[in-house]
Parts: sequence; structure tokens; C-alpha cells
Amino acid sequence: MGTIEVRVWRGTAEGSYQSFAVPRRANQTVLDLVTYIQRTLDPTLAYRFACRVGMCGSCAMTVNGKPRWTCRTHVARLDGDVMTIEPLKNLPVVKDLVADLAPFFDKWAKAEGSFKPTAAPGSDFVVVKPDTAARVAADAGIECIGCAVCYSACDVAAWNPDYLGPAALNRAWTLQNDVRDGGKAARLSAVAGDAGCHACHTQQSCRAHCPKGLNPSAAIAGLKRAALGALLKGEL
Amino acid sequence: MSRTAYRNHPTWWAFAIHRVSGVALAAFLPAHFWALGLALESEAAFDGLLRWTAHPVLKLVETGLVVLLAAHLAGGLRVMTIEFFAWNAGQKNAVALSAFFALAAGLLFLLNAVA
Repeated sequence: MGTIEVRVWRGTAEGSYQSFAVPRRANQTVLDLVTYIQRTLDPTLAYRFACRVGMCGSCAMTVNGKPRWTCRTHVARLDGDVMTIEPLKNLPVVKDLVADLAPFFDKWAKAEGSFKPTAAPGSDFVVVKPDTAARVAADAGIECIGCAVCYSACDVAAWNPDYLGPAALNRAWTLQNDVRDGGKAARLSAVAGDAGCHACHTQQSCRAHCPKGLNPSAAIAGLKRAALGALLKGEL
Repeated sequence: MSRTAYRNHPTWWAFAIHRVSGVALAAFLPAHFWALGLALESEAAFDGLLRWTAHPVLKLVETGLVVLLAAHLAGGLRVMTIEFFAWNAGQKNAVALSAFFALAAGLLFLLNAVA
């Protein structure tokens, strides 16, 4: 099946590409290439993965200029005999292919991305009918695995370091549609600032690259609407 | 391999065209106001300018302006349908429709100019 030339980023913010010849295998993923390099060719290569099945969101990297979940990206589906693998963009690089996701998740916290319960402990389950508009809107964004692919693909995140980013805003919109949540007013004012939902330019690179097929851009549009509605009612 | 490969999708190009057309139209505005201002100065001056714009090359430039204006209008309407009406499905078609509208408007103007 021959070999593929894999150009891998080595270093931190400063660094260079190092090429490795990796044998092609059937059903090989990009993560398999990186693992082969680290186990067989150069044990000093740093990268990150955990589940290998597209659940944990830890193996995302930039592959041929596009952010991807490497564990579920088949090498055979990518063109050419040369592949370039870099860490995710818009985040500090720890080493080689490992990006520091702390700023990414800090922004989830800034966007009030955690559930604020209203029910007292021990109270009965809340009934949320599956076909209600709010439940449908929450469902649309709830499968996010926090891989930061959208954040890495977002030009606004690159241009404005304070921008909360598609994933955090998607999370906020999911919670705004959770009827059990009690933090909606604080969350809306947290995401309606200069670096929040209104900073989005609707380029929709988040939607184009989300490996789970989510549409953070639609969630951000929902937040914009909600913010405008609250403003008109004098609640914001 | 391009470092900007992640941008190569219809809605990013729609954004780029929206931004570039907006900047170009804003750059044209002073010329537009200057032309209108000539009419206040004198009828002859304004008529002189109108005769100058009848030149075929100027008609082509004006066609470009019409395309920019139509592209900016269609692009803005598309974004507003997303933001105010939650219309997110079929974005590829929406971008294609905006492009068609812009080019059709330019073609109509051009046909009208040569007729």
C-alpha cells in the first residue's frame, strides 16, 4: 500500500515541520499515523487522545489546514501522499500537536456554561416534552464533545482573543433552552457583550467543520435574537 | 496544503464577498455624493458628467457597482434571515441564490445599457 509522508509540527509557538514516512494501512485514521510515529519512529512526539471512538474530544488537530477529529478521519479519504498535521489553531501550543485547551474551557465558564438548578434537592423530575420548541433547540446543540474544532476554525476567535467562541455560545444557547435552568438572565448578559454572540460574523466555519454536525452558528443567532428580545423588554 | 483550507466553504466565501463589497461601496460613496453635488453647482456640469458616464467603459464599471450592490443586499438579507427567522437550513442554496441574484442584476443592467 506504500507510504505516506507526514509533516508534523514540532515545537511550541516557535518550531518547524518534521517529515516521517509512515506505511499506509487499511482503515487507517490520522490518529493511527501519529501513534505510529510516536511508537515506532520518534517517542518524543507529543500528542493527545483518549477514547479513539469520537466521544471524548481530545484528539482534534489541524490536518492539511482544516481542524478535524483525528480518530475518525480516515487517511484514505484525504487526497495526496503528503499530509501536514499541526496543533489546533487559536490556542497556545503546549508541545508539538498538543494545544492548551484551558483558554477554550475558561470561556465556557465566562459564558455561564454550567447548569443552574432551580428545583430543590429531592424534588420530583421535571417533565420536558420532546416536541416542545425549547427541547428541540436544546437537542440541536447538546451532542457537543468539546473538541475545540469549531473554535480552531473560527476567524473571529483568531481576530478577537476575548471572543467566547462557537462552542461556549452553543453551550449557553442549549442552557437558555433548558426549562429547568435558573441562570438565564445572568447567562444572557454574559454572552451579550462585545466579545459574545454579537461578535459573530456568521462565516459558519464552525458548522462546516463540526465533526458532530452541530450548528453553533444557529445557536449564536438564537442568542442574538434572545438578547435583542431582552433588550426591547428592558431586561438587558 | 493551504493554511487557509478551513475557509474554503460557501458561507465563508459569502462572508468575504459581503465584506469586500461593503468596503468597495463605502469607498465609492464619496464619488456618488460628489456627482450629486455637481447638480447643485450647475446643470451643465451635471450633464457633462452624465455624458462622460455614457462611455462604454464607464457602463462596465457601473455594472460592477450594480453587482456589488446586489451582492451586498442579498448577502445582508441572507444573514438577517438567519438571525431574525432562524432560517439555517440550505445555506449552500441560499448563498448560490444570493450569487445568482447579484449576477442577474448586473446582467440586466448591462443589457439595459447596451440596448
